[in-house]
Amino acid sequence: MSRESVGNTSRPLDIARRTLTGLNPAIESLLAAIVGLLIGAILMWIWGYNPWKAYSAMFSGAYGDTYGWASSAARGVPLMLTALTFSICVRAGMFNIGAEGQVYVGAAAAVTVGYFTLPTGLHLIAGIVFAMLAGAAWSLGPAILKLTRGVHEVISTIMFNWIARFLVFYLVAFVLVDPVRAEKTISIPINARFPVLMRGTDLSWALFAAVAFAIIIYFVLWHTAIGYEVRAAGLNPTAARYGGIKSKRTMLLAFILGGLGAGLAGATVVMGNPPTYAIISGLPQLMNTGFDGMAVAMVGRNHPIGIIIASLFFGGLTAGGRTMQFTAGVPLEMVRVVEGVIVITMAIPELIRVFRMLRTSWNRLAGLWRRRSA
Amino acid sequence: MNLSFLTDLLRISLHAMVPITLTAVGEVVGETAGLFNIGLEGILLTSAFAGALGAEMGGPMVGLLVGMVVGATISFVFSVINTYWKGDQMITGIGINLFAMGFVAFGLIKLGSPGFHSVPVASQLAKLRTPIGSLSPMIFVAIVVPFIVYWVLKRTRVGLMLKAAGENPEAADVAGINVNRIRLLATTFGGVLAGLGGAYMSIAWFGSVTKSISAGRGFIALATVVFSGLNPLLALLGGFIFGFFQSLATWIKTLPSKPIPWQFVEMLPYIVTLLVVAGAIGRVRFPKALGQPYKRE
Repeated sequence: MSRESVGNTSRPLDIARRTLTGLNPAIESLLAAIVGLLIGAILMWIWGYNPWKAYSAMFSGAYGDTYGWASSAARGVPLMLTALTFSICVRAGMFNIGAEGQVYVGAAAAVTVGYFTLPTGLHLIAGIVFAMLAGAAWSLGPAILKLTRGVHEVISTIMFNWIARFLVFYLVAFVLVDPVRAEKTISIPINARFPVLMRGTDLSWALFAAVAFAIIIYFVLWHTAIGYEVRAAGLNPTAARYGGIKSKRTMLLAFILGGLGAGLAGATVVMGNPPTYAIISGLPQLMNTGFDGMAVAMVGRNHPIGIIIASLFFGGLTAGGRTMQFTAGVPLEMVRVVEGVIVITMAIPELIRVFRMLRTSWNRLAGLWRRRSA
Repeated sequence: MNLSFLTDLLRISLHAMVPITLTAVGEVVGETAGLFNIGLEGILLTSAFAGALGAEMGGPMVGLLVGMVVGATISFVFSVINTYWKGDQMITGIGINLFAMGFVAFGLIKLGSPGFHSVPVASQLAKLRTPIGSLSPMIFVAIVVPFIVYWVLKRTRVGLMLKAAGENPEAADVAGINVNRIRLLATTFGGVLAGLGGAYMSIAWFGSVTKSISAGRGFIALATVVFSGLNPLLALLGGFIFGFFQSLATWIKTLPSKPIPWQFVEMLPYIVTLLVVAGAIGRVRFPKALGQPYKRE
């Protein structure tokens, strides 16, 4: 393979790619982020905005002060969880883009805790459990269709997203509706909310719930036998089958774990974000949580620890995007354009190969230098 | 039940069929050559928006042309990444969909109407008067194109080359076919058809652009491709079936008695899609090398 890639040097694009510097996947993610921001800048410039002003507003809004960091982290919480949903399935060899619908269903399930009372801690846990179970239940549909009928999960999860959207529209309008204010559901009672972590910001204890979930997923995937089976089946299904791994079981597990994460994401949105603590008609707070999570997963290299870091970056884009909209007048939607470009850039594995080659030549150079100095 | 209700349903079904059929037939060509493009949803969305802008500048034909060019451009980028650069087709497609969602929502805000933009009647594609009501001429395009593509795929050398590239790229390569180039051309052609379908939605069917105008049709088209087993004529039929259920949903919503809450009616096309795909799979065989980049050993 390396000979083939060396043999292709005549194409100008190959040469351009070869000149890119980088040493590891983290730098590759960074590079993708830079490409995304650059293309975003070009588009802003075409539409008549000042990209420099926009980005400086965005980054100072996202990371300029404690409030910015807190908002970025708060926006990143649900994205971290939906990114995990996507990543667990990627590790198992599937493309589950159903987090979006599972978030809606999870949030709706969390709202139902408003109909009864429990002691403070239990009430919060009840909301989390409801949401996670609902998310997992919603992921079972595509999982069963895949395992029994071989329906490709990309098609089925998208269809389930649309069904979830209208189902939750219905629930918000007719079932969970606030009798006083018809444009929203009933609010989560105070003792079932995630306590606010930093006064005056959106950051709540939901952050710890999300990080804990990420760490649990890391532990399950990398330090248990079943997690090993999930990853083995994802890397090479045929070899895994010969090794006695039941791929149907690992796929089902990946879908369920993913659904739990997406459901929890729904819970963090309605139970952790002041001031409404309810689902607003049209689901503006929930829309795109699942899709944005996929970008987070890609930049986080489908690894829980990477995802925690990447969620802070994408949370920053959203939180800072609001500052950008306010200060530079650039619509928040530009953030999703940037995300899309980042994801497209991340799809090019050639970059990885180039980086590996550069690393070996760097090592060789370093070795030479060491020998000479010795 | 009177007759006018049936002709209404037929007319709406035919209109709803167009974007799904065009997109699906284009994707049949792309998948025959071995590329699986889940970015179709984004292509429909972007070309619906760009087509509307084009129509407002130079009339409906320019609008359709702009839609096709935009579809071709996005598909071209997609296929360069996934042929020469050996990219991941799923991830590229996901990226295209994200990009399109942001881009169109952004563009609509720039037009001064967040979320909704209506195309002036003068810029819309005129409809033909027929015994069953006024029909868009694009319906006839959507019916003719599958036959042409069918003929090309089954009866010409190009069709054979496409099949070779998707089925056994190594053998095709040995036989002197440039696998990457033919995949690139096939997917770009698919983008042209999807772009036409997208532009049709805004300038010939709805007469407006919204940020969710594609409403999952790109994915429904992918489901249609599964249903068709890569036969363009069955893709036409599948497009009509999905179009029918969309129009049925539209029709139920307009019933004065409101038998079912509208939210449940809206679910109908998506539920039908799931059922059809679940039923179709098993009898359908896809190209061996579908979804995999071709690498010379």
